[in-house]
Amino acid sequence: MSEEIKLLKGNEAIAHAAIRYGTDGYFGYPITPQSEIMETLMAEMPWETTGMVVLQAESEVAAINMVYGGAGTGKRVMTSSSSPGISLKLEGISYIAGAELPCLIVNVMRGGPGLGTIQPSQADYFQTVKGGGHGDYRLITLAPSSVQEMADFTELGFDLAFKYSNPSMILADGIVGQMMEKVVLPPARPRKTDEEISTESPWAARGKTTGRKPNIITSLELDAAAMEENNLRFQAKYRKIEENEVRYEEFMCDDAEYLLIAFGSSARICQKAVETARAEGMKLGLLRPITLWPFPTKAIAGYAGRVKGMLSVELNAGQMVEDVRLAVEGKVKVEHYGRLGGIIFTPDEILAALKEKLIN
Amino acid sequence: MELNEIIRPENLVHGKPRLMNDNPMHYCPGCSHGVIHKLIAEVIDEMGMEEKTVGVSPVGCAVFAYNYLDIDWIEAAHGRAPAVATAVKRLNPDKMVFTYQGDGDLAAIGTAETIHAANRGENIVIVFVNNAIYGMTGGQMAPTTLEGMPTSTTPYGRNIELNGYPLKIGELLAKVEGTCLVTRQSVHTAAAVRKAKKTLRKAFENSMNKKGTSVVEFVSTCASGWKMTPDKSNKWMEENMFPFYPLGDLKNKEEGTGI
Repeated sequence: MSEEIKLLKGNEAIAHAAIRYGTDGYFGYPITPQSEIMETLMAEMPWETTGMVVLQAESEVAAINMVYGGAGTGKRVMTSSSSPGISLKLEGISYIAGAELPCLIVNVMRGGPGLGTIQPSQADYFQTVKGGGHGDYRLITLAPSSVQEMADFTELGFDLAFKYSNPSMILADGIVGQMMEKVVLPPARPRKTDEEISTESPWAARGKTTGRKPNIITSLELDAAAMEENNLRFQAKYRKIEENEVRYEEFMCDDAEYLLIAFGSSARICQKAVETARAEGMKLGLLRPITLWPFPTKAIAGYAGRVKGMLSVELNAGQMVEDVRLAVEGKVKVEHYGRLGGIIFTPDEILAALKEKLIN
Repeated sequence: MELNEIIRPENLVHGKPRLMNDNPMHYCPGCSHGVIHKLIAEVIDEMGMEEKTVGVSPVGCAVFAYNYLDIDWIEAAHGRAPAVATAVKRLNPDKMVFTYQGDGDLAAIGTAETIHAANRGENIVIVFVNNAIYGMTGGQMAPTTLEGMPTSTTPYGRNIELNGYPLKIGELLAKVEGTCLVTRQSVHTAAAVRKAKKTLRKAFENSMNKKGTSVVEFVSTCASGWKMTPDKSNKWMEENMFPFYPLGDLKNKEEGTGI
């Protein structure tokens, strides 16, 4: 398959990108608003072309544990779900992080808590970047704001996961998952051969070849001193990721007097708000964190002495705003604006909130 | 004849399997796990599958199975071993994949994963150690605990009204289309050990011949959890466990029984 331009839903883009990336396996369970990912994979039948395994599991719990098993053999494996399903996967995600396995997890967020709604939301920010599952672990978290990024981050998520032997998450929402846009799909690359996998991941449980010690995939260590060593190793890795992998995008920030901070689909709406404000003569800019963990703390801190105020615009009750406040260390006023339960704000509502909370 | 003359390699009639290492076992005296580990090690070695085998260990007493058998292992979350094994086998069809699970892991918290892996006919072996109690956590009630049997969470014995019935998960798995062999074995006598090994080998062969899921249940003792001597445990198992969990094949597609 060569490079191709298509009109796709965000969810469909992830499926196509996964096949083209040379993903070995997808394990999922249906839940709105992300079911098109598995539906597209099943319709494409990649097991007949690339040899990719696609399996509908009996639950989200089973699906994430299939990912754990597949990743334990060094394969490129992924799962996807939406908020309530991700809650179910958290046990497995913690095990994957604890065993330092690379994999890709997609969360197309919907409104909660509980069964909530099937409408879009960004209320799983805390769950994703602050932990969610048990123990001191981190997920490399990518927040796409376009269908193109749904495809691009499938590749980037896998690459970062394998670079650091750590799970990656695409934290999308129902808007990006369901909306249709033009997307450039990259040329297909072949799946790794068994020999390549054994060389790339010598730690993988693939059958004990003569002369080596058994490979054991586990997160268990009953000796507290050894378990602390494990944790210190994880933390050192996390610091390295924080140093090297922060990604963000700035839009009209150079001369900005006020700054909107927004990720994912909220950032798309904020972009329109910035354009409207500029047309009115207001110097407004937008900083869009692309990696939510590692968070662009330094970039945001850099604006603390330059702008009069920051508004964290999120489809939740105020989650990322805490990280923005931590970044600026009280040097500038930071407020939050959000809509809840699946309601999406308009650019005008954002500007009204900005004026009410920060300017007037 | 002096003792020194007897203790010679050529006189050895019973040895430790090549795939078992020298790590001291954490299992209690009289526990069935050690013998079952040994059988698995022997079968893998005799099949020449050391380099192609991936074991999936559970949460429970056998959580450290990976410390004793020198093969590659993945340690699963509680109850999830069949889901883990599903992916290992699907992504690596040339590998020989088995799970090793206790009654709490397989028949309580992992019931869904077990039933569905079996129903998909995954080409894996499920080794199921049923000693009717939670050993690792200190002797609590298991789904397979017999009626009237005392445990730390049923101190006055399992009460059907309060705790429900003991679960015959083997019979349930025999009814599932995807299983090719569901068998109940024990390792309490030399004869039983020999028979169990033969069955275990058949199960592993089934998995490589794409026959579907094989479940080998071992009705086992837990001397510590049952608070009995090893010898008394064996007798108690024969008198109480075997009548409720009768030994033999529950389903054998190849022989056309139990279908």
